[in-house]
Amino acid sequence: MATQESIVVSTRAAVRRAEAGRGYWARVRERLFADRITMAVTLLLFLIILSAVAAPLFATHDPLASSVLARLKSPGYKGHWLGTDEVGRDLYSRMLYGGRLSLLCGVAPVAFALLIGGSLGLLAGYSGGFVNSLIVRSMDVLYAFPSILLAIAICGMLGSGLGNTILALTVTFIPPVVRISETVTAQVRSAEFVEAARATGASSSSIIRNHILNNVLGPILVYATSLISIAIILAAGLSFLGLGVSPPDAEWGLMLNNLRQAIWVNPMVAALPGVMIFLTSMCFNLMSDGLRTAMDVRI
Amino acid sequence: MSKDVLLEVRALKRYFPIRGGLLQRQVATVQAVDDVSFAVSRGETLGIVGESGCGKSTTARLLIQLLEPDSGTITLDGRIVGDSSGLTAREFRRQVQMVFQDSYSSLNPRTTIEDAIAYGPTVHGLSWSEARTRARSLLDKVGLDSGLFATRYPHELSGGQRQRVNIARALALEPRLVVLDEPVSALDKSVEAQVLNLLNDLKCELSLTYVFISHDLNVVQYISDRVLVMYLGKVVEVGPVDDIYGNPSHPYTRALLGAMPSMDPDNRGKQQILTGDPPNPINPPPGCRFHTRCGHAEPCCSTREPKLSSVGTASAHQAACHMLIPGSGHSAAPAAAAGWRKMV
Repeated sequence: MATQESIVVSTRAAVRRAEAGRGYWARVRERLFADRITMAVTLLLFLIILSAVAAPLFATHDPLASSVLARLKSPGYKGHWLGTDEVGRDLYSRMLYGGRLSLLCGVAPVAFALLIGGSLGLLAGYSGGFVNSLIVRSMDVLYAFPSILLAIAICGMLGSGLGNTILALTVTFIPPVVRISETVTAQVRSAEFVEAARATGASSSSIIRNHILNNVLGPILVYATSLISIAIILAAGLSFLGLGVSPPDAEWGLMLNNLRQAIWVNPMVAALPGVMIFLTSMCFNLMSDGLRTAMDVRI
Repeated sequence: MSKDVLLEVRALKRYFPIRGGLLQRQVATVQAVDDVSFAVSRGETLGIVGESGCGKSTTARLLIQLLEPDSGTITLDGRIVGDSSGLTAREFRRQVQMVFQDSYSSLNPRTTIEDAIAYGPTVHGLSWSEARTRARSLLDKVGLDSGLFATRYPHELSGGQRQRVNIARALALEPRLVVLDEPVSALDKSVEAQVLNLLNDLKCELSLTYVFISHDLNVVQYISDRVLVMYLGKVVEVGPVDDIYGNPSHPYTRALLGAMPSMDPDNRGKQQILTGDPPNPINPPPGCRFHTRCGHAEPCCSTREPKLSSVGTASAHQAACHMLIPGSGHSAAPAAAAGWRKMV
């Protein structure tokens, strides 16, 4: 009798669990895990990030140790897995340490732009009227500049260095984030459930927190992840031009610049940093595409 | 004003500007609600009927303060809303709530049902856990098993279930007056009957007062105690439901009721066809707004606007038609009483 009862109870519990609501994010997770390409790309990205973060563990040599005799050697020379660069530093270790700075320059500006631009856009979209016009028009002024030129101009003004690079890229990315955030917020704000929330007498901050935010974060997040791939390329471009990270620090764009002449001597070695930039940027791009597809759940 | 009146609306006006041209200057106005006055007694259901575009939904939104009226007052229990000495908007909102027409878009798709219902009470000071408990008891009250439905999302419910959730949400703040803007229009007949009966039961149990807006005359006849007929932003007739449906006095009401399909095969073909074109709400006709489509229109109807006046001896049944006003100049109007000036 006891076992029969427990079977009934556990079945009822299972039915209750199955009938419990599955919200939007649960469905997004399901669709993401079912998408093989996105999962593969995310795994690759995870490995790249892991290798960059744990660079001291994986590196074989000191990334700053140069050697005049061992310049531009092919992969496999005396324990240098990927060869050496133009002043004899181990390329493999420099790639790992370079990953740290490149990824930082890719993710940090987008994170800051998301915080600042997202809040500005939310404010603009919710307020409407004069505040909206003020914010959107002033962002449009910045948005009119091509992003690479804006980044170069700001970096040129402030000087090179990691901090200035991140600042320049943040300023470059704030206008597009404000734009998309304002659009989505304005759409959600005119929905009837927001009117219903206003009819209960709620304050604006309460409505934004409880009703607008969870509807608006999705599209903004997707857009932000697609910005990361652009940020990595922009940061590499800035370093290539000498405006970003300064030597002897390792950074993929900087390495690409320094190895420019080496393309005649050892083309494979010269192309490797470029391959890493391409790979990482592509991974972020594909991941954001997959995220966008997964979030396109019509409910 | 009788002591029994809960809500009184006086001379409510709301115009919407139409902007055009290079500088977006105002070129015209839509006179959505024009000088609307009515009163709702405690415990009754006032039904508001009219065609699409007559201003019913705008009136509903004005009642719950989602729109600001251009002029006019709303009085709850004798206290004017918005006045410094009267009721604040926040206090008013605790006592008057609304059930919206579209059951799906009036629920946040990213929150659970119980959170959607519990949100209102948290705004007014309750903690989330207390609010959720109240939400669950309300779900049971509207006929949804809280154990099953509380953690569901709006897309996992049917239309009738969602509308019950909307009713539960409106009741979460324990209001005294509930405005229902076409709550059953999107539901099929069997579900509609269930929801209407639920509304009646809740009204008795919780001592509520309803303002029920609909374009469906059968539904309004079933649920209302008094009926108000609107046309192009104005009140054309108001009275007890039996008087309106049994003895419609305004030509528009007669045409509306005449257009209702009848179950009786012998009764068909008697509908009064409306003549003329439906007027533009941007440029409403002068005088009586219905005169362009009225079969009894006369010159006085296009010059002067009729005021609401009693039908017969009953003061509860009123209609805005020149045929009822003594001395209005209409051929069917009763003779002017002694001492009245003859209107020119």
